[in-house]
Amino acid sequence: MIYYDKVSKIYPDDSVALDNVSFGIEPKEFVTIVGHSGAGKTTLMKMLIAEDFPTQGSVFFESTNVHRLSKKDTTNLRRRIGTVFQDYRLIPNKTIYENIAFAMEATGRSDHEIAADVPHVLELVNLSHKIWNFPKELSGGERQRVAIARAIVTQPDIIVADEPTGNLDPTNTFEIIRILQKINELGTTVLLTTHNKGVVDTVKGRVITMEKGKIIRDDKDGKYVL
Amino acid sequence: MFITSLKRIVRTGFVNFWRNGFLSFAAVVVITLSLCAFGGLIFGSAFGRALLTNVKDKVDVNVYFTLTAQESDILAVVQDIKKLPEVASTTYMSSDQVLANFKTKWQDNAYMMQGLDEIGSNPFPAMLTIKAKDPGQYAGIAHFLQTKNPQDASGIPLIEKVNYEQNKLVIDRLGRIIPAAEKAGSIIALILILVAVIVVWNTIRLIIFTERDEISVMKLVGASNTYIRGPLVVSGIMYGLVSAVITLIVMAVFSYWSTALIFRFAGIQIAADFSTVVNIFSQYFAQNFGQIFIIIIGAGIILGGVSSYIAARKYLKV
Repeated sequence: MIYYDKVSKIYPDDSVALDNVSFGIEPKEFVTIVGHSGAGKTTLMKMLIAEDFPTQGSVFFESTNVHRLSKKDTTNLRRRIGTVFQDYRLIPNKTIYENIAFAMEATGRSDHEIAADVPHVLELVNLSHKIWNFPKELSGGERQRVAIARAIVTQPDIIVADEPTGNLDPTNTFEIIRILQKINELGTTVLLTTHNKGVVDTVKGRVITMEKGKIIRDDKDGKYVL
Repeated sequence: MFITSLKRIVRTGFVNFWRNGFLSFAAVVVITLSLCAFGGLIFGSAFGRALLTNVKDKVDVNVYFTLTAQESDILAVVQDIKKLPEVASTTYMSSDQVLANFKTKWQDNAYMMQGLDEIGSNPFPAMLTIKAKDPGQYAGIAHFLQTKNPQDASGIPLIEKVNYEQNKLVIDRLGRIIPAAEKAGSIIALILILVAVIVVWNTIRLIIFTERDEISVMKLVGASNTYIRGPLVVSGIMYGLVSAVITLIVMAVFSYWSTALIFRFAGIQIAADFSTVVNIFSQYFAQNFGQIFIIIIGAGIILGGVSSYIAARKYLKV
């Protein structure tokens, strides 16, 4: 479904973020990418949603090279990928309802669908009671759950979660991972990055280990080895 | 689909305008100040024009004819003068009319009337008041009269005196000051407009700068550029509209009180001398309200909307 073909990213100051990285992701897989800070995990994610461009190599989503897409097609590609960030990135002057509705509005769903789906997805992340609150009135864990709700509400083919638990305590971390697993069980591919050993041990899926921009391990039933 | 998007864009724009509270307030203040500068320019130019017309109107050249000149000869000269392209209007008074005017004016003054009686005959020459279309043209008219030097059949000059030389200094100065004032006025107007546009543009850029993270999130969630930019432009137009309405109210209040203000600052005597100028603001505002309304509202909408549209571009490149 996704294939990274010999991708390298060298920043103008000659620092190497990715060094000839190749790997593929099958549909419905739960892939965890682990590595220290600066190993290139985030750069890898940015490549997929065309937020960043590779110096060499290409990234394929199904059979399309994501960096050869027009502006409009890039927008359409992003609608098929749900993204979750470490710092949540909710829109501060929108309520929880509006934050999630925005993703649906952007894809052109009808008001009727939005009114039906948003409460449903909030129920899934157990936040129905905060629907009219603003992000600043929520805790970190709650915000991240809203971000996940936003990512899944458009029913994307893949969820990309970049260090979603980086700012959270163990209880919230566990809860976020459990939600991601549930989403995966319902048939959505999940690509997760983390440097948290506990997370990797909980997930028990395929683990790709990165170091200094290179893939050093790719285990089908992986554990945290660094 | 299009209608739904438009509806959502407009609604989001309104909601953001309201929720951004302080930022919206700041933008409205800045745009209002800029629009007030526009309004000031409109009033200023109206005032300047009224003042100049008033002053121009006070300048004229008088031609005094000789006492011996025959009325028919004089009228022939008047006809010639009227034909000059530089002449805007002429007022002719025969010596009888001048005498009648004198008598009405001094009828209560026994000395004056007595003096007039002692002279016996009418001492006043016929007089022609000439107004030129432009103060710079008086020299030409005066020159025409001097070189032509009309005479009657027996060769005696018809014109006793042209008072151009006495008024020359004032006329010359006005001829120089008026075009200079008009030029300076338009340069100041241009600079003010430029400053207003730059200030508004920068304020809106700052507001959109504070929203750059949200813009990039929206992009990554899969929103199209139009869908992100739309609400920003709507908010921008809202800033402009609200500011324009405030500006119009300020202008209305100012023009309502302006007559009293002019009397207070200029003093009653000066104000009375320039009577047409006194009511200029209230009259001008009432008469040209449609035009002023369109200029101010239009400037507000364009300033707010276009600035937002351009300012958002930079952050839409994600």
